[in-house]
Amino acid sequence: MGKEVLVVNKLNMHYETLDGPVAAVKDVSFVLNEGESFGLVGESGCGKTSVAMSLLQLQADNAKISSGSIKLEGKELVGMTENELRTVRWDGISIVFQGAMNAWNPVAKIGEQIREAIREHRPDNTKEENTKKIEELFNIVGLDNSVMDRYPHELSGGMKQRAIIALALSCDPKVVIADEPTTALDVVIQDQILKELKKVQDLLGLSLIYISHDIAVIAEMTDNMAVMYAGSVVEMGPTANIFSKPKHAYTRLLLESTPSVVGERKKLRSLDGEPPSLINEKKGCSFSPRCPEPTKECKNQELDMKLVEVSKGHFADQCCVNCG
Amino acid sequence: MSKKITQQEELQKQIRKDALRKNWKLFSQSKLGMIGLYIVCFFLFLALLQPFLFITGIWNPAIYDPVVGYDQIKAELLVIECPKEYPTEKYESYSDCPGPGEVNIKKLYMAPDLKVGEYYDTFIQPAPPSKTHLLGTDSLGRDIFSQIMEGSQVAFVLGLLSATLGVGISTILGTIAAFFGGRVDAYLMRQSDLILMLPSLPLLFIISAFAELKVWHLAVVLGVLGGLGGSVITIKSQALQVKVKPYVDSARITGGSKWQILFQHILPNVAPLALLFMVFSVTGAIASESVLSFLGLLNIDMSWGIMIYLSQTDGFIFSGLDFWWLILPAGLAVTFLAGGFYLVGRGLDEVFNPRLRKR
Amino acid sequence: MKKNVIEVKNLEKYYEISRGLFSRDKGEVKAVDNISFEIPQGESLGLVGQSGCGKTTTARSLCLLDPKTNGDVKFLNPETQEMESIDDLDDEELKKFRRNIQMIFQDPYESLNPRWTIKDIILEPLNIHNIGNLLDREEAVREILTTVGLTPPENYMPRYPHELSGGQRQRVSIARTLIMKPKFVVCDEPTSMLDVSIRISIMDLMLNLANDLDISYLYITHDLAVARYMCNRIAVMFNGKIVEIAETEELLKNPVHPYTKRLISSIPVPDPKYKRVEYKLNFDELDEIIIKNPDKAMVDIGNEHYIATHNVKDILY
Repeated sequence: MGKEVLVVNKLNMHYETLDGPVAAVKDVSFVLNEGESFGLVGESGCGKTSVAMSLLQLQADNAKISSGSIKLEGKELVGMTENELRTVRWDGISIVFQGAMNAWNPVAKIGEQIREAIREHRPDNTKEENTKKIEELFNIVGLDNSVMDRYPHELSGGMKQRAIIALALSCDPKVVIADEPTTALDVVIQDQILKELKKVQDLLGLSLIYISHDIAVIAEMTDNMAVMYAGSVVEMGPTANIFSKPKHAYTRLLLESTPSVVGERKKLRSLDGEPPSLINEKKGCSFSPRCPEPTKECKNQELDMKLVEVSKGHFADQCCVNCG
Repeated sequence: MSKKITQQEELQKQIRKDALRKNWKLFSQSKLGMIGLYIVCFFLFLALLQPFLFITGIWNPAIYDPVVGYDQIKAELLVIECPKEYPTEKYESYSDCPGPGEVNIKKLYMAPDLKVGEYYDTFIQPAPPSKTHLLGTDSLGRDIFSQIMEGSQVAFVLGLLSATLGVGISTILGTIAAFFGGRVDAYLMRQSDLILMLPSLPLLFIISAFAELKVWHLAVVLGVLGGLGGSVITIKSQALQVKVKPYVDSARITGGSKWQILFQHILPNVAPLALLFMVFSVTGAIASESVLSFLGLLNIDMSWGIMIYLSQTDGFIFSGLDFWWLILPAGLAVTFLAGGFYLVGRGLDEVFNPRLRKR
Repeated sequence: MKKNVIEVKNLEKYYEISRGLFSRDKGEVKAVDNISFEIPQGESLGLVGQSGCGKTTTARSLCLLDPKTNGDVKFLNPETQEMESIDDLDDEELKKFRRNIQMIFQDPYESLNPRWTIKDIILEPLNIHNIGNLLDREEAVREILTTVGLTPPENYMPRYPHELSGGQRQRVSIARTLIMKPKFVVCDEPTSMLDVSIRISIMDLMLNLANDLDISYLYITHDLAVARYMCNRIAVMFNGKIVEIAETEELLKNPVHPYTKRLISSIPVPDPKYKRVEYKLNFDELDEIIIKNPDKAMVDIGNEHYIATHNVKDILY
C-alpha cells in the first residue's frame, strides 16, 4: 500500500444557473494512493467530469465549490489563488480530456506545444534538456521522434491521443486524470492506448484517475473505483470486490446492463426513467425513484445518503444496500 | 374524445405560454436588449402620440401640423443703433451688436417711422423652445416636436416595411439556393456578389434621379436592394446546415416531396435567423433615409432627415448652439432609434443563439 | 424457405476526387467496394465496423438517400411478394416503395425537427402517404406512442423535442419509423448516444417490435457486443468491404479473418478477473483459404460462414 497522494474529502460543487443552483457534486470523498489507478464510473450528468474539473479548479465561471477539501500530497487546493493553482496544474496534477485529440492548436507543431507546457513549469531548462525530455516521453508512449516536427493534422487519431498523453506527462505530474480518453477512437486503437497507459503507469509509478461511462474499461484499468449517480458516490471500493459482490442497486444494474462479447448470451436488465433533476435538492436517496425493488424506508425517502462500510474497504450508500 | 382534444389544446396553449415566458426571460437578461427595447418603445409612443393629440383636439392642427402648421411668434425688440467702433462698454466686438432682444435701426428698412429707443414688433422664426412649443419652431414656424413625432412615424413605416420586404426576399432566395444547389445556387450567389459590389449610396442617388422617391417607393427600393445582397449568402449557409440534419433525411426517406421539405422543415428553421436580420436592417433603413433626405434626394414631406436638410439649406447648421433645436433633436432621434433597433437585435441574438448565453 | 426482404449484390459507392481543373487524372474513393448480402424476413443483420469503413454510406445508399454508383439492390414488394429492383421504378412507385424502408438515426437531438410537436413528427409519414382520415391518423399516433412506452400519449403529443430526454426522443424516432409498419429498417447506431442504463430498454423495445411486426433490421454499429444482442447474423466491414459474415455466435466463437480476430480481441471485458489474450496478426489461415479458392471473392467455409479473400495485409499492417 503506497502512501496517500490525493485526498478528496466531502467535496461539494454547484453551478449557478438561471433557474437556481444545480448541485453537481454532493459530498464526494475518496483517496488515491501512490501508484494505483482509481476509476470513476457513471452516466451522463452524474458529476464525474465535474469532479475532474474541480480537482484542477478548471470549472466553468458559474461553478462554485461550496465546501470540502482537496489535498494533493498534503497541500490544500481549495481556496488557492489562481497563481498558486498554475504551479500545481500540470506539475502536480495533469489531465487528458474528453475529445483531447482536438485540443491541439492546429497551427503549431506538436513539439513546440509540448515545449510550451514544460517551459511554464521549468523555466530554467535549456532547449536541449527539453528536447531530450520530449524524446523520452515519446519513447514511453510509442511515438517516433519525428512527430515533434509535425502538425496535428498530419497525425492520425491514435497518434494524436498518444501525443496528448505525452503532453500530460511532460511535467512529471504525480496524478494524471484521464476523462474518457478513448471515446472517439476505434476499438483496436483504444486497446493500444489503454495498454500504453498501463505501461506508463507501471514505469513511472503514476497515480491515475480514470473516468468513464464504460464499465468494461474500468474493470480492466483500475484497482479501486467509485460509482456515481446524480452527483453522489453510491458505491466505492476495490474494483474486484465491486464486480464480484456489488451491493448497491444501481451498481448491480450497471453491471447487468452491459452486453459482452465473451461468455454466454444472457438477458440483460435495464432501467426506466431519467436521472433526477439536480436543481431542487430533495431529501433522501436520489436513486430510490428508479430502484426496481426499493425497501420501505427508501421509498419513503426516510434515509439520507450516507456511505456505510459493507466489507473491508468497500462502501455503499446506506439506502440501496438492502434493495432489489 | 372531445374532452381529450380540449385537454390537449389546453396543454398546447400552456406549452406555448411557457415557451414565450422563457424566451422573454432570456431576452430580459440582456441589458443591451432591454435598453434597445425601451428606446424603440419610446419612439413608438411618440409616433402614436401625434395622431392622438390631433384627434382629441389637444393640439390645433393649424398651429401644430408638422408640414403646414404655422405659429406666428411675436417678440418685441428694442431699436438701437450699433456703434461704428469697437470695443465699447456694452459690446465687445462687431458681432455682439445687436444683442438678444435688440434690433439695429439700420436693418429696419420696412419701418421708417421708428426711432432709437422704441419697441419693434416682429416675428421670430425659428423660435427657441417655449411653453407652447416644447422644442421650439423651425424657420417656417412649424413645431419641432410635432416634426419629430412625424419623423418617428416615417422611420417606423420605412424601417419595418423595407426590413420585412428585404428579409422575405433573402430568406426565399437563400433557402432556394441551398436546397436546389447546382446552377440555381451558382446564379443566385453571383447575383448576390454583384449587389454586394455595388456601392449602395451612389446607387440610391442614381435611382432618385430617375424616380420620385416617396416613403413607400424608398421602402421598396431599400427592401429589394437589401434582400438581394449579402443576407442571401448568410441565410443560404444556415439553410445548408438544416438541409443535412437527420430529420430532413428522415423526411426524405419517408417519401416527402422537395417542396414539402422546403416549406415544412427548412424554412421554419431558418426563420429565427431571418428575424434577427430584419431587426438589423431596420437600422440601415433609418440611417439611409436620413442621409438621402439630407442630400435633398427624396420627395418626403417631413422626416428627421428632412429636418436636418432644411436646417442646412436655411443656413442654420453651422450656427453652433444658437439654434440647437433645429439640429440636435432630429440628429439624436436618428441615432437613438437606429441604435435602439440594433440593441434589440443584440438582445434577440442571445435568445436565438444559445452559445452566446452566459449561463 | 423464408423469403428475403432485401438482396444486395455487388453494391458499390465511389466518390470522385477531382485533382484540379486541368488534370485528367481523377481519383476515386471507394467508400463501399463491392459488397453483397441478403437478409431473410424477420431476421436482423449487424453491420459492424470502425469509423470510416463504409457502413453508414451503405445504409444511406440502401435507403435511397444518396444514389449508388453500381450494384443490384432488390427489395421484397409486400403486395406482389416478388423481389423488385428499385432502379426501374418511377416516382410514383418509388414513393410507394418508401413506405417499406425506414431508418432510425443515431443522434436523438438532431433527428427530430425542433419546431414540430411530437404529434406532427409522428403524423408526417401518414400525411405524406395520405393514409386514412384525420381521426384515424390521430388514433394511430396514440397507439404507437403507447406501444413505444410513452404513456399517456396525450402528455407527449403536444410537446416539443427539447422537452424530452434522449431516451424519450429515440422512442419518438422509433414510433415515427414504425407507424407505417415497414418491413426493413436500417438502424444507424441508435443507442450509442444514450446513457448506458437506458440502452437495453431501447434495444429490447426494438427487438419486441421486430418480433410483433415481422421487421428485419440492418443494425449498424461499431460495438460488437451490441450487435451480438440485437442480430442473428453479423457482417464485419473494413475499408469498404465485408471481410467476414456469419451467424452471431458462430462468428464470436470461430472468427477466421485476421481483422475479425483482432477486433474481437481488442474489446474490453467487464470482468476484472478475465484475462484477454492479445492477438498477433497472422495471415496463414487466410492465405490457405485464398490459395484453395483462387477465383472466389467470398468463400463459404461451412455453417453459413463466409470469408472474404481479398488481400488486406498492407492495410492492416
